[in-house]
Amino acid sequence: MNVTANAISESNPLYIKRRRMNRLLMAVSGSMLAYGLIWLAWILLTLLIEGASALRPSLFTQMTPPPGGDGGLANAILGSLMMVGTATLLGTPIGILAGTYVSEYGRGTWLAPATRFLNDMLLSAPSIIIGLFVYTIYVAQVKHFSGWAGAVALSLIVIPVVVRTTDDMLKLVPNSLREAAAALGCPMWKMVTMVCYRAARAGILTGVLLAVARIAGETAPLLFTALNNQFWSTNMNGPMANLPVVIFQFAMSPYADWQRLAWGGAALVTLGVLALNIAARLILSKKN
Amino acid sequence: MAELDLQIAPKLKVTDLNFFYGSFRAINNVSLDIPANKVTAFIGPSGCGKSTLLRTFNRMFELYPDQRAEGEIIMDGENLLTTKRDVGLIRAQVGMVFQKPTPFPMSIYENIAFGVRLFENLSRSDMEDRVELALTKAALWKEVKDKLNQSGNGLSGGQQQRLCIARAIAIRPQVLLMDEPCSALDPISTGYIEELIGELKKDYTVVIVTHNMQQAARASDFTAYMYLGDLIEFGKTDDIFFKPKDKRTEDYITGRFG
Repeated sequence: MNVTANAISESNPLYIKRRRMNRLLMAVSGSMLAYGLIWLAWILLTLLIEGASALRPSLFTQMTPPPGGDGGLANAILGSLMMVGTATLLGTPIGILAGTYVSEYGRGTWLAPATRFLNDMLLSAPSIIIGLFVYTIYVAQVKHFSGWAGAVALSLIVIPVVVRTTDDMLKLVPNSLREAAAALGCPMWKMVTMVCYRAARAGILTGVLLAVARIAGETAPLLFTALNNQFWSTNMNGPMANLPVVIFQFAMSPYADWQRLAWGGAALVTLGVLALNIAARLILSKKN
Repeated sequence: MAELDLQIAPKLKVTDLNFFYGSFRAINNVSLDIPANKVTAFIGPSGCGKSTLLRTFNRMFELYPDQRAEGEIIMDGENLLTTKRDVGLIRAQVGMVFQKPTPFPMSIYENIAFGVRLFENLSRSDMEDRVELALTKAALWKEVKDKLNQSGNGLSGGQQQRLCIARAIAIRPQVLLMDEPCSALDPISTGYIEELIGELKKDYTVVIVTHNMQQAARASDFTAYMYLGDLIEFGKTDDIFFKPKDKRTEDYITGRFG
């Protein structure tokens, strides 16, 4: 009997079993994928359908109205842009420099792994805690809500995200590149800024964009810090309107026109976050 | 001719060198003189300490906190291991080319100008001359002269390695260390680089680590055979390959090793 020739054939029971198992696993993982995607698509569709009727020019030009009145979200959009922008400007340099320490300068020290561990904790800290924290150390001290407090709270969410991505992206820079720079007599700060940052540039920028996307929709930290404002205000020292808190307030209200504005705001935030994510993907894929 | 030709002044004089990875001793009391303006090859099986030895000459090991070297490496009367001078200055004098090509994520031109700018403030035209000279010496100029502004990562492996050689010689070191510079390259690129090594010794003292014994035989003037952290035999390449004095060298050269 020719065992070898028989073994390699389509009727081999081991082969048939393996193929069945493969089909089964494909089917299970495929249906799980579909299950996940259905909810995501449902959320997006609902947002777009409900939000579409609110996405009118007046949404961008008029202030948040009293119940029953006609209005838009201009003050909330402005407040969100100002606070998210300030938080990004505050958090990004701190995050990048701290990430650089953890990845480059802190090698072989106990401080770097300790920082990495604490940073990961901060990364997963519930945002309401951060809101309460800034409320206690800032708002309660100056005794009024303010846009600055909101920006500080949001920046505390930006920092751990940027630290983590900077650390991760710098870790992907091969040591051979660092050695090559050092072999030319290059001092460490130049090696980091001219070689490592360049190599990790796209990844770090992506991290910053994802951090912006993350804070664009954060509600809890702003509820305790910036609160809200019915009026157009560019004063960062006073309470400030912002999209997430307005959405929260209007969506919970019994008034149909407020609810419609909340849908509009939600659609706006989602589309903004979507755009940031797409931008991040494009930057990364362009690099590769 | 079995003795080392003492007419040639040593560029690097290594005395009683020991090297430690943490508590593990990777090099044991190695002493040898690297002759100036010659090519010296280090051969030996993997893990014998030849790359480690090479990396002490420009103190590259200092990037890693648990590695240390003891002993003397004298260049121009100065012990490179204990000198007060900044390690950057030493590395600029003792250049290095690595096993894998390591172009920086910048243009071909910038790859070379980057190192030059660390120590020299050249005018634009002087810098262009320097870049052209370095690329010409590395036998790459003809291939890249029309794309100096393109990324160094777009070149082939062999071209990238020649770019790295150009980058190393552009800052005018006195010694050029090459750590298996051809191991990631195809035979044609390897041929280019071996030819190049022969050219480079006119201006530099070249020290090359290689796994390829034919390469050592072809490209070097002197050869050192290392095994398990010991320097077994050091001499003229022809002597090492045709009249080895030590049985262990002979076994390795003839492939009876192990």
